[in-house]
Amino acid sequence: MSEVRTLQIDGKDVAGRSDETILSVAQENEIHIPTLCHLEGLSDVGACRLCVVEVEGAPKLLPACTTRVDEGMKVTTTSERLVSYRRRVVEMLFVERNHICAVCVANNNCELQAQARDLGLDHFELPLMHPALPVDASHERFVMDHNRCILCTRCVRVCDEVEQAHTWDVAGRGAGARIVSDLGTPWGSSSTCTSCGKCVQVCPTGALFEKGRSISEPKARRPYLPYLVRVKGRER
Amino acid sequence: MGSRQVYEALEAEVAATGLDDVAVRRVGCLGLCASGPLVAVPELETLFEGAGPGNSGAREDIVSTLKGEPRGGRPMAGDPFFSRQVKVVLERCGRVDPESIDDYLESGGYEALAKVVASMSPDEVTSEVVKSGLRGRGGAGYPTGLKWRTVAKEAGPAGKFVVCNADEGDPGAFMDRSVMESTPHQVLEGMAIAGYAVGANRGYVYVRAEYPLAAERLALAIRQAEQRGYLGARVAGTRFSFHVELRMGAGAYVCGEETALIASVQGERGTPKPRPPYPAASGLWGCPTLINNVETFANVPPIISRGAEWFSSIGTERSKGTKVFSLAGAVKNTGVIEVPMGLTLREIVFDIGGGLAPGRRFKAVQTGGPAGGCLPEELLDMPVDYESLTQAGSMMGSGGMIVMDDSTCMVDVAKFFMDFCRQESCGKCVPCRVGTHEMWRLLDRMTRGAASRRDLEQLESVAGMVRAMSLCGLGQGAPNPVFSTLRYFRDEYLAHVDEHVCPAEHCQMGAPERAGVGPA
Repeated sequence: MSEVRTLQIDGKDVAGRSDETILSVAQENEIHIPTLCHLEGLSDVGACRLCVVEVEGAPKLLPACTTRVDEGMKVTTTSERLVSYRRRVVEMLFVERNHICAVCVANNNCELQAQARDLGLDHFELPLMHPALPVDASHERFVMDHNRCILCTRCVRVCDEVEQAHTWDVAGRGAGARIVSDLGTPWGSSSTCTSCGKCVQVCPTGALFEKGRSISEPKARRPYLPYLVRVKGRER
Repeated sequence: MGSRQVYEALEAEVAATGLDDVAVRRVGCLGLCASGPLVAVPELETLFEGAGPGNSGAREDIVSTLKGEPRGGRPMAGDPFFSRQVKVVLERCGRVDPESIDDYLESGGYEALAKVVASMSPDEVTSEVVKSGLRGRGGAGYPTGLKWRTVAKEAGPAGKFVVCNADEGDPGAFMDRSVMESTPHQVLEGMAIAGYAVGANRGYVYVRAEYPLAAERLALAIRQAEQRGYLGARVAGTRFSFHVELRMGAGAYVCGEETALIASVQGERGTPKPRPPYPAASGLWGCPTLINNVETFANVPPIISRGAEWFSSIGTERSKGTKVFSLAGAVKNTGVIEVPMGLTLREIVFDIGGGLAPGRRFKAVQTGGPAGGCLPEELLDMPVDYESLTQAGSMMGSGGMIVMDDSTCMVDVAKFFMDFCRQESCGKCVPCRVGTHEMWRLLDRMTRGAASRRDLEQLESVAGMVRAMSLCGLGQGAPNPVFSTLRYFRDEYLAHVDEHVCPAEHCQMGAPERAGVGPA
């Protein structure tokens, strides 16, 4: 029972259904809002905070990916404050773990790198955390490199919602949070993983990759996304 | 420690002395936590402190006093610790046996529930709570009646839920624990009344596993109330049913945040979700869910029994009733207290708390837990209510109140709370996960004398971003201790970063960096 709502995004009059998010209406109208944990076809968690926008009258910034449109809403997607906050989010992800692009399998194919470029992040002000984290190469075809993981949980969601294996989940908390397979056992010994590789295709960085790929080798990732959306659509 | 042994020894001694008209009872919290075990003689208004099992002298004093020869003890009459308090929530604390429903019934317990289900419509109950002006005691101070009305108006074809948030986790806060351990039935009665008002037939108490005694007493109270027909299928003989279950937390502070709490009750990983949708519309298993704190529920039976007008006559214009605080830190009388809203900080710290140790000077009082702030001496005459505290850069919070003297370094205090937040961050959203850790590192650098002015600027910038960008209240509130200490004690920060000196002589300048990423 969705109804039509009219609102303004960046001064432009737009229309959406009451069950649509600010992000989807913005995208439909070719208004760009940066995202990282969002992926068309998966549920939204509002975790990366890159897509936060200003809504007139709202005391707090709101994530565009989970906030539904409302009648008469006035949304601002870009402001000096928003850009500086978003840049800080990306900086935080860079300093949190080891993201040395030059030696990363996802170089030039990385959404984190692309966000940094788009937001003009050219240096880090925060002290680096860079913990030495393990690399799980126990799977026969894929590798999980925790040093490159930004905890967007796309892999967790695609495995649960699309493949419905729920091999991945999150363990630990705060800066100690990690993606784990099967309650923390090595990926290669997982009894639930179907080796479908969907997680590898949706990973925005070089955390999940196929064995045998060399640095900067382009990945055929994009064609998978519409496929995932179609799969989801059929299930609904 | 050892209160049970004291009770047994005292009972034996009283029986041996032949004092037939004296009843020895196990009761809940008597307030002065630091001086326990406590024995009160209510008729003589005398309190015996530190009457541990090894202290036979204290027991001799008690027996002698009971025989009519007063010896030792602390007179309660005229002592501001007792006389300045107004007890609504804690009315029965220290009077009734928490493990006896008969004690509770004798003191008028479950009368409010019986009255509600027999003679009031759900809407009348909600209106009474609205009129009372009661606001959420868990921290944010959201009007309780409005919350009830919202849940009551939701359709909820698959049922509704009432949840009691007993995941008290602020450092230095132990009021809810005291309420649950002292009068568990009062909390359950409040929940059942709420269930009737909003149209819910099921309730959960989400209690942290670190409170085993509270959980045990709640479980016992639920069983007793079911046996007597105050919970379960036919509440007080009417067609209204209300079933309550306990759910234990697993040690995550963030599960006090309502969306994380819901996930945890459902057996999922306890991480918050963006709101809206609010739990009032879509909570447990997608059903409308009313979540209130322990103290909020405990306020409900007195409001129903004595009326909204009586309740709203206590307190200030916008903050009605009383507030339970756990008074801790550098004061003489530490413990659980209940005061009318609007009492000043000075009255709480110096009259009820008895002031500081001789030779020590008051420096600050921290309220509101890790999302609260530190208030300096200049603000001691500020009334304690929701608006004043928020305006001063702190918050009411759940009721932790930590008094600090001049030996405390405020940069170190900010570091302590940031360390807490970084360890309790669930790790879901980036600003909180990384930001709390980075702020802690900057503060750590300051307390080691290794920081510069640039680090201070960086701290303020990150704090502003984390407050604005975090997903839930934990991250949004985490920078507050930094902001409030910067607001009132900026000089101390400057001494740390410019001169590498700690004015309180607390920080060890030149200490090595604490290694570590992730949970310490």
